[in-house]
Amino acid sequence: MSYALHIVVCAGIVPDPLQTLEPTTGPSGPGIKNEMVLPAVLDPWAASALYEAANLAAKCPGSPQSPSKVWLVSLGPKAKLQQVMMSVAQKVSFELVPIDGPIGGFPDAQATAAVLAEAIAAIPGLDRKRMLLFGGWESATRGAGVTLGLVGERLGIADQFQGVDAIEFRPDGPDAGSFEVLERVEGGKHQVSVCVGAPAVLGWATGNLAEPRNNPQVGMANMRTIMPALQKAKTAALEANGLHYVSVSLPKQQRETRVEKSMSPDEIAAEIVEWIGKDD
Amino acid sequence: MSSAPQPIEVDRQTMEVDIVCAGFGPATGGFLTTLTRAWSENPGDPAFESKVAPGMPLQVMCYERADDLAAGVSGVVTRGEGIRASFPMLDRSEIPMAAAVKQEHVFYLLDSIGARRSALLRFGDFFLGLGRESWVKDHAFELPWTPAFLHKDGGLILSIGQFNQWVGSQLMAGGLAQIWPGTPVSGPIFAETADQARRGVTGLRLADQGVDRHGIPAEGYMPGMEVRARLTVVGDGPVGAVGQKLDERFGLPAGHARREWALGMKMVIELPEDSELEPGTVWHTFGFPEPEIFGFLYVHPERLVSVGIFVPSWMGNPQRTAYRYLQHYIQHPLLWRHLQHGTMRSWGAKSLEESGKRGEPFLSGDGFARIGEGSGSTNMLTGSGVDEAWTTGVELGEAALELLRADKPFTQENLAATYETRRRASWVESGAKEAENARNGFHGGFVRGVAGMALAGLTGGRLALRAHIPPAPKQIRRFATFIAGGLSVEQAAKVALDCARPLHDALMSARGWPEIAFDGRLLVTQQDALLMGGKVQAMPGFADHVVFLDRQCCIACLEKTCIAMCSGHALTLGSDGGPDFEREKCVHCGACLWNCAQSPDGERSNIEFAAGSGGLHSAEN
Repeated sequence: MSYALHIVVCAGIVPDPLQTLEPTTGPSGPGIKNEMVLPAVLDPWAASALYEAANLAAKCPGSPQSPSKVWLVSLGPKAKLQQVMMSVAQKVSFELVPIDGPIGGFPDAQATAAVLAEAIAAIPGLDRKRMLLFGGWESATRGAGVTLGLVGERLGIADQFQGVDAIEFRPDGPDAGSFEVLERVEGGKHQVSVCVGAPAVLGWATGNLAEPRNNPQVGMANMRTIMPALQKAKTAALEANGLHYVSVSLPKQQRETRVEKSMSPDEIAAEIVEWIGKDD
Repeated sequence: MSSAPQPIEVDRQTMEVDIVCAGFGPATGGFLTTLTRAWSENPGDPAFESKVAPGMPLQVMCYERADDLAAGVSGVVTRGEGIRASFPMLDRSEIPMAAAVKQEHVFYLLDSIGARRSALLRFGDFFLGLGRESWVKDHAFELPWTPAFLHKDGGLILSIGQFNQWVGSQLMAGGLAQIWPGTPVSGPIFAETADQARRGVTGLRLADQGVDRHGIPAEGYMPGMEVRARLTVVGDGPVGAVGQKLDERFGLPAGHARREWALGMKMVIELPEDSELEPGTVWHTFGFPEPEIFGFLYVHPERLVSVGIFVPSWMGNPQRTAYRYLQHYIQHPLLWRHLQHGTMRSWGAKSLEESGKRGEPFLSGDGFARIGEGSGSTNMLTGSGVDEAWTTGVELGEAALELLRADKPFTQENLAATYETRRRASWVESGAKEAENARNGFHGGFVRGVAGMALAGLTGGRLALRAHIPPAPKQIRRFATFIAGGLSVEQAAKVALDCARPLHDALMSARGWPEIAFDGRLLVTQQDALLMGGKVQAMPGFADHVVFLDRQCCIACLEKTCIAMCSGHALTLGSDGGPDFEREKCVHCGACLWNCAQSPDGERSNIEFAAGSGGLHSAEN
C-alpha cells in the first residue's frame, strides 16, 4: 500500500514583485506604499512549495481509502485571498485553509507563526504524524526568513530543512515514508540529507518545477471547497508583541539604462557581469 | 500567406455551463452584477437552477486574458449614470483612486517647441499670442466656455484597474459567478446550421497551452478546453479574439464598418508633495503635441494623476508614434508645471474603437450576445465609453433574467426582443446616434474636425459634416506622399537599429523634435517604462498572438506603421526587413491591428491579433 502524504503548505500573499515597491512608515509601523492598490500574488517562493507539494502528492497518491492531500494555509485579507485564489486554483489541486487577517507591510514573524500553527492544528482530518510542512525559504517582499521554522517549532516538528531544491520520497518498501532532501548550503553547493519520515518542515528555494499551466477543470474542482472555506474564514488579529523595527528593506530593483554604440558584445557582457557582482 | 494558429484537431476537454463570458471589463461587470444581484435576492427562484447540471445552481463562468482582474489600462472620467444606477449607495472610498469630478477645464495647447502646425493653426496661434498676457498662460488657452456634451458634472474619476478589482471582488465574494483571470479565449464555438439567416454560438474555446510560438504542441501541451454554454456573453473589447471571429463569420450589419480607431496611452504619475492640483480636477486638451492628438489629465486622491493622449487613425501620418508623443505632451508647460519632479507609477496603452454606432456588430444571435466597447457602445462625442459599456452589460443582465424567469431559451429572436429592445430604448443608444457623425470632419483636417464636432454636439447630432471614411489601412498616408525628416519609416527603422534606439525615437528626432532629457523617474526610456510602469509579463507556453498574414507584403511595406505605433516596443524591424514580434513585451493594446498600411482585401489589415496571454501587470491604471 502506497504511503499517504499529508502536505500543508504555508503561503502568504504579497504585492506582485513586478510592481515598484516602496517601503513607508505609517502609524502602525513600517509598510509598503499603496499596498492595497497593488495587485497581489501568492508569494513566489511559497508558490514553488505549493507546486512541489502537488507534484509530490501526484507521484505518491496514497490509496483510495487514504489518499495523499495538500492543504494551502494562507493568511491575508479575505478579498485579496479570494482574488489570488482565482489564479492559483487553476494550477494544482489543494484545499484552502484561509485566515482573514490584516496582513500587510512587515508583520511580526512570531505572531504570524502563532496564527498559522493554530490554524494548522485545527485542520480536520490532518494526520500530524505524517505531515510535511512546506513553505517558502524566503519571501518576495516581507519574509523575515524565520516564520516557517517558528510554525514548525510550535507544532513540535524537530526535523527542519531550509533552502530545499528537491525531495525524493519513498512511498513503498521497507523505508516507506522516508525521503531524501537536497538543501542549499554555502558556496553554491547542495547538502543531501535523508530523513526517516514525517513530520518535517521543508522551506523551499525555487525547486525545479515550471509553473503549472492554468487548467480550468482543476480550478472548478478546487472552487467547490475554496469558496465555502473563504466564506467561513476565521478572522485573526496579529499580536503586536511590542515589536520595534530598526529597519526594513525590500528586494532591490536596480535599473541603469544607457545607449552604447561602440562597445563590443564581449565588453558589454563583461560590464554586465561586473554590475551584477556589485553588492551595494 | 500564413495565419494565426488554428485550433488543432484533438480531443478537447469539454465543460457544460449555463452562461459563459469572454473578457472581464466594465461591460461584463455590469452583466454579472445585475444577474447575480437578482439571484442573491431570491436564491430559491427556479430560474437560477442549472439546466446543464440538474440539481445544481446556475453555472456562470467568466474567462479573462489578463493575469489579474485589475490589470486594466485606463484612467477614466465618466458621468457614471449607469454605474450609479447599479450602485445607488456607492461609497467612493471603497474604490481606491476614485474621486468625484469637481472642476473641468478645456485647454487649447499652443506649440511650445516647434511642433508640426498647418498655416491656419499657425495663424490661430499667432492671433492668440497677441493677447498672450490675458488669454494665454503656460502656452495654453483655456476655453472660456465648455460645451455641455463634454461635461461630466457629478461624475467620477476612476482607475479602471481598481474599479474592475472592486467589482470583481464583490462578484466573487457572492460565490455565484466564477471569474478566471489568466485564461485567454481563442474564439467562439459556432453552432452548425444550414440556415444562413441564423447566427449561432454554442460556447467558447480556450487558448491552447504548452505550444511553441507558432502554436505547435510542445512540452506540457494542453489543448484549450471547450466551454459549452446556453448563453455566451462576448465582452472582450474592441480587439478581442472572440468578437473579431464573430465579425469575420457573420459580417457587420449593412452600412456598418470598423474604420475609426485611436490609441490611448497614459501614465499614472505620483505628484510632488507640494502639488496644488486638487483631486477631482479634469483637464481636456487639444492642439499639442500634434493638432490631431487630444490629451487629458485627471487628478485622483493621494497625489496621483492620470495623464495621457489619444493618437487617432485619422491622423494619417504613417510615422505616428505614441510613447515619444506622450513624453512631449507631459512636458508641455501647462502640465509640466505640475508634473515636473513627479514619479511614474504606472503606464499603459489601449486601442479605442471609435466607430461607435457605425461599427456596431450584430448584437445577438442564437446563444450569444455582445456587450461593451466591442459592441460599438462608445460615445465619441462625449468621449465616454466605460459607463456605456457598463450599461450595455446591465441591459443584457436584465434581458437574461427575463428569459431565465420565463424559462425561454437564448435564441436570436428572444435576445433581440429582450436585450436589443432594452438597448435601443436606452440613453446609450440615443447618445450613440447623436455621436454617430460627430467626428466626420476630422477626416478632412483638424480645424474641420473641431468645427464638425461642435456642430454635432451643439445640435444633438441633428447636423453634422459628411465624410467618406476609408478603411483603417487606407487612412495611412503612403510613403510616396509623406516624407518626414527626409527619411522613410524603413530608413528610419534602420537608423533606429544602428543607433540602438526605438523607432519612435528615431522618427521623432528625424522630424526635428528635441531629445528627451531622461530623469530616471518620469522621463525614462520606453524599455524602462515597460518595467517601471507597465510591469509587462507573458506566461510561457502560448502561441504568438500577433501574426503577419503575408510576410512578403510586410517586407515590401515602406510605411511599417505597425512598428512605429507599437506601444510596447514589441514589434521591431527583423533581419529580413519585415516586423519581428516579441510576445513578452506586448501590452495587448491591439494598435498593430489597425496600424497596418497593407490590406489583403481592402478592408482588413495584414496583421491578425489573436488570443494571447500576459500583458500589463499594473493595477493602478
